[in-house]
Amino acid sequence: MLELIEGYYAYFFLILLFLIGLYGMMIKRNLMKKIFGMSIVQSSVILFWITSAFKEKATVTVLDPGIGLENPDLYLNPLPHTLMLTAIVVAVVTLGVSFALIIAIYRNYGTLDEPRLLERTR
Amino acid sequence: MNSIQIPLLIPVTFLFASLLTPLAGLLGRSWAHLVSLAGAVFVFFLSLKGLGAALTEGPLRYHVSGWLPPMGIEFVLDPLAGFLEVIITGMTVLVLIYARKSVEIENPDKAVPFYTLTMLLMTGLSGMVITGDLFNLYVFLEISALAGYALLAIGGKRAPFSAFRYLTLGTLGAGFYLMGLVFLFMTTGTLNMADMSRMLPLVNGSFTVTTGLILIILGAGLKMGLFPLHTWLPEAYTNASSAATSLIAPVGTKVAAYILIRMLIISGFPPLIELLTWVAAVGIIAASILAIAQSDIKRMLAYSSVANIGYIALGITLANPLAFIGAMLHILNHALMKAVLFFAAGGIFNKMGTRDIFQLRGLPKKMPFTAGAMLIAVFSMVGIPPTGGFFSKIYLIFGAIEAGTWFFVAVILISTLLNFVYFFRVIQTSFFKPYETAGTPDDDVKYESMEMDEMSPGMLVPTLIISVVIILVGLFNGAIVDKVIIPGHPWFSG
Repeated sequence: MLELIEGYYAYFFLILLFLIGLYGMMIKRNLMKKIFGMSIVQSSVILFWITSAFKEKATVTVLDPGIGLENPDLYLNPLPHTLMLTAIVVAVVTLGVSFALIIAIYRNYGTLDEPRLLERTR
Repeated sequence: MNSIQIPLLIPVTFLFASLLTPLAGLLGRSWAHLVSLAGAVFVFFLSLKGLGAALTEGPLRYHVSGWLPPMGIEFVLDPLAGFLEVIITGMTVLVLIYARKSVEIENPDKAVPFYTLTMLLMTGLSGMVITGDLFNLYVFLEISALAGYALLAIGGKRAPFSAFRYLTLGTLGAGFYLMGLVFLFMTTGTLNMADMSRMLPLVNGSFTVTTGLILIILGAGLKMGLFPLHTWLPEAYTNASSAATSLIAPVGTKVAAYILIRMLIISGFPPLIELLTWVAAVGIIAASILAIAQSDIKRMLAYSSVANIGYIALGITLANPLAFIGAMLHILNHALMKAVLFFAAGGIFNKMGTRDIFQLRGLPKKMPFTAGAMLIAVFSMVGIPPTGGFFSKIYLIFGAIEAGTWFFVAVILISTLLNFVYFFRVIQTSFFKPYETAGTPDDDVKYESMEMDEMSPGMLVPTLIISVVIILVGLFNGAIVDKVIIPGHPWFSG
């Protein structure tokens, strides 16, 4: 059990972060806080990918004359990092769209409190 | 033109159309419409050609910038993808014809953004269908979703709020998908679909893979509006403009269902999907009952969409050939029926000024063609023989019988009765109420003075075309199944 925690503690923390974000999205009443939660969820997923690429004693994927090409194990897998660049762009765009919608909601109803919005949209 | 480039051209044409549409919009709204329509028609013919080529020569594969599959991104147009592609692009063409007048009436100042977002949405959806790379799928998923949020936010005063709720849940769905994908990537080290399906049997039963698959299925379920995760769907569909709803309702959720099909094919139908079959069955019944409780026609149709997504999920997860054919045929049929019904609902709202199904008295007198098209769609929805809906349901029932699960046979039959209840209310008020004596005198005067006021030809023609296609699909369903669905079937094509 202790070994499991020691070996994978980063993943456990990231799952916890995911759940905190989920809590924010589902339970919080203010739409702005829901967006915070959404952002936390996205960040935790991105960090999860990055963590999955981690290798002990390995370095960035740039040819280092000191290490050479003999042992590719000494380099990290660069794929998750590059993929996550795309995911970060997606996350930023999602934030942009959600802020645009929030502005439209505030203009229409003058509040961002969900129960009050549900009352006014009835 | 070389047919090998078709897989790339399909999403790229939409992408270029989405860039050209706002530029054309500077000249005028009708130019923007023309450009987007031209793009959609072009892609529709491309997908027809691609489907034909895929059926005769086998799957078309395009390797982006020449990088070979396990490393690079590949676009694959196999018969299954081609079938979906033809459905969604064909729908887009008809919806764009309809949208010209509908947007003009409902949101004239939002016309150019509407066409631009439609093209962007289709970039995402057609890319999702055609891609052979799991991360690429995520990118296309987000492109289509972001365009979809903005598209559904065009509408009444309430539309931005319901679009926001869709945004939070949709982003969560994409988050689940990406989270699940990292588990699969950690285990197999590949993102290519074909490569993944070769790798997964080697690590079958691994806890990591199971967790990843559950997360991915959860994400796909959120996107397709499968029953307990459907809460965003009725609100978003009800409050958006009728053109946006009639585009997203037939097309959007089907493509999410296609992700589910792909993932299940890749993972070789793991045993945990039996649970999903039960969820789908509960969803069919519950959503049908919720649909009966609605009086707003668009909201009722939205709940009916949730129920029909349940049929598709049921057909896929029963995991036998007949049920699979039923599910694929139902994707086609449901796209057609929902388009007609939402087209009709939009036209009725414009002409009669109401969406309350109990106020539809005299609909056949005022809008005879709309009423006729709606009647065909309702018959197909309930499953009355010459229409397409009957055949997809019969395949689903045969599939359930073959799987030996009589409970699901009962679910399909009961839900057919429930369908009958909620659609018959519409038919009863609009067709038969005039002959009853129950109407108040005021109401009778209104009915007597009603004159024929059909929706404009631009909106009527696509509605009638689809309703004719519904009957044609019913008559020629044997040919569609033999020539298109069976070659695209994972048990036959390997």
